[in-house]
Amino acid sequence: MLSVQFEKQFHSPDSPAFRLQVNEQFFPGFTVLFGPSGAGKSTILDCISGLQTPDSGTISIGKQIFFASKSKISLPPQRRHIAYVFQSLALFPHLTVQENISYGLFASDLAQRRDRVERAMHAFHVVELRRRKPRELSGGEKQRAALARSLATDPQILLLDEPLTGLDARLRAAILQDLREWNDTKRIPILYVTHNREEVDAIGERVVTLDQGSVLSRGNPREVLDTPHTPAIAQAAGFENILSATVEELRPSDGIMRVVLPPSNCELEVPLGAAKVGDQIKVAIRAGDILLATEQPRFLSARNILPGTVESLEARGALVVANLFVGVRFEVHVTPGAVRSLALQPGMLVWLILKTHSCHVVSA
Amino acid sequence: MNFNAILLSLRLAATVSLFLLVLAVPLAYWLAFSKWRGKFLLESVVALPLVLPPTVLGFYALIALGPRGAVGKLSQTVFGHSLAFTFTGLVVVSLLYSLPFAVQPLMNSFEALDRHILDASAILGATPARTFWKVILPLSWPGLVSALVLSFAHTLGEFGVVLMVGGNLPGITRTASIDIYDRVQSMDYSGAHSMALLLLAISFLVLAIVYGLNRRVWSPWSSR
Repeated sequence: MLSVQFEKQFHSPDSPAFRLQVNEQFFPGFTVLFGPSGAGKSTILDCISGLQTPDSGTISIGKQIFFASKSKISLPPQRRHIAYVFQSLALFPHLTVQENISYGLFASDLAQRRDRVERAMHAFHVVELRRRKPRELSGGEKQRAALARSLATDPQILLLDEPLTGLDARLRAAILQDLREWNDTKRIPILYVTHNREEVDAIGERVVTLDQGSVLSRGNPREVLDTPHTPAIAQAAGFENILSATVEELRPSDGIMRVVLPPSNCELEVPLGAAKVGDQIKVAIRAGDILLATEQPRFLSARNILPGTVESLEARGALVVANLFVGVRFEVHVTPGAVRSLALQPGMLVWLILKTHSCHVVSA
Repeated sequence: MNFNAILLSLRLAATVSLFLLVLAVPLAYWLAFSKWRGKFLLESVVALPLVLPPTVLGFYALIALGPRGAVGKLSQTVFGHSLAFTFTGLVVVSLLYSLPFAVQPLMNSFEALDRHILDASAILGATPARTFWKVILPLSWPGLVSALVLSFAHTLGEFGVVLMVGGNLPGITRTASIDIYDRVQSMDYSGAHSMALLLLAISFLVLAIVYGLNRRVWSPWSSR
């Protein structure tokens, strides 16, 4: 188990001081560190690897201490025996794929080195590329070579900083599968940093969300990303509508509050949050969670029914993005079939239907 | 043509550029990677010969290397004579004079390296020394060649410093550039001309090598 507890302050003359605080345990298997850029995700990996030093705290795996400010321990990266794959991959440009992979094995004897290089090359399907230089590889091949190089040394932790960015979903799934198979026998903690919601879903295991240097929530992707805690996380998690709102009335007995969406006088009923009357808050709503009707609906359990006009319709793959104006702008996703059967047209009057619990209050 | 003078110049340039490489690599490494705030001071000292008149450098070198100077006294006890007006003296002062030409290309190529590649080496278990030999040096070889070639060419052509410290002793300190000066003084223009042309040709060749390398014409990992 990897235990990470530290604080690090950043001073910069032209931006407010940034403070990173972490207190997390990482178990064997994947943990995704998710958050907008600048949240501090990569700095956590840098501190675990020893490329950066925290101000205070302790970082340890099992009984081995990597960093302890109290006893003034700080192992250099080369003595931590971990693997770290950067977004840039950082393959050695002057070495072949095979030489790259055996680079970290200089301490083992020849037979063992050969064996480990072969196993890593097979696990990540780069055997045929062994004599190529990095510049002769495609994006996906480079990513495979970088993973093989990192894991050939049998590290005790694997840190991945957006290593699969820019790959299509199929290739990414294939590489993730290779990584899972490798880890079935090794069982080491894998920390995977990303700001891409799709990658979180592709991995589908434990997620820790971060924003502005603090951990906000942890759990499985559904729980964590469907109830964002800050506008930045909501945006990164793929909430298309993030609206400013003013709290108008609290109804604790019903567990709701009523808010107004300035500059319009549109009202919404949203779940009760930690706010007072008059507070400015943000409300995040998924475009796919909003229903449309061409006549005013009645006898519905949904509490929010807003009249508005269709401004534009734009086909995007298997869905249609509708921009609607109800005094403020909403993005709504509907299917092409729904557009046909409702005969939706720009300029048409429609009703938007939102469940109270589809409206997520994210702090201001 | 005075082959003695040419040979002396070549010998001086070769000695100086080889010594400089050994000296400049650690210095450039430190200047490129140290996080010390005051390192700009050392950078300025290293660059000083670029702007200093050769006579100023030569003057102080002469005083230091002469029988009353610190270096001169030291060499007097070791070798029995001071370093002024000797080949060794020329080597010492040329090391100072050509230092920036060796340090700067090395420093530039060290600084241009992708830090992530060096970090990756450390994370794969390499000590800083192993990273240096296996990654930094192989990736900086155009810088190494530039340093070697530029300090060679610069030493080959030096005049003021040599005149100040070495004087004009045939076979010992009369280098090609001094020889040209000498011939012009004695109105031997055709002799000066052939020497000057030869130095021009060597200098051009040397610069062509450096610029060719910088464009990675012969780089082993540019596209084949």
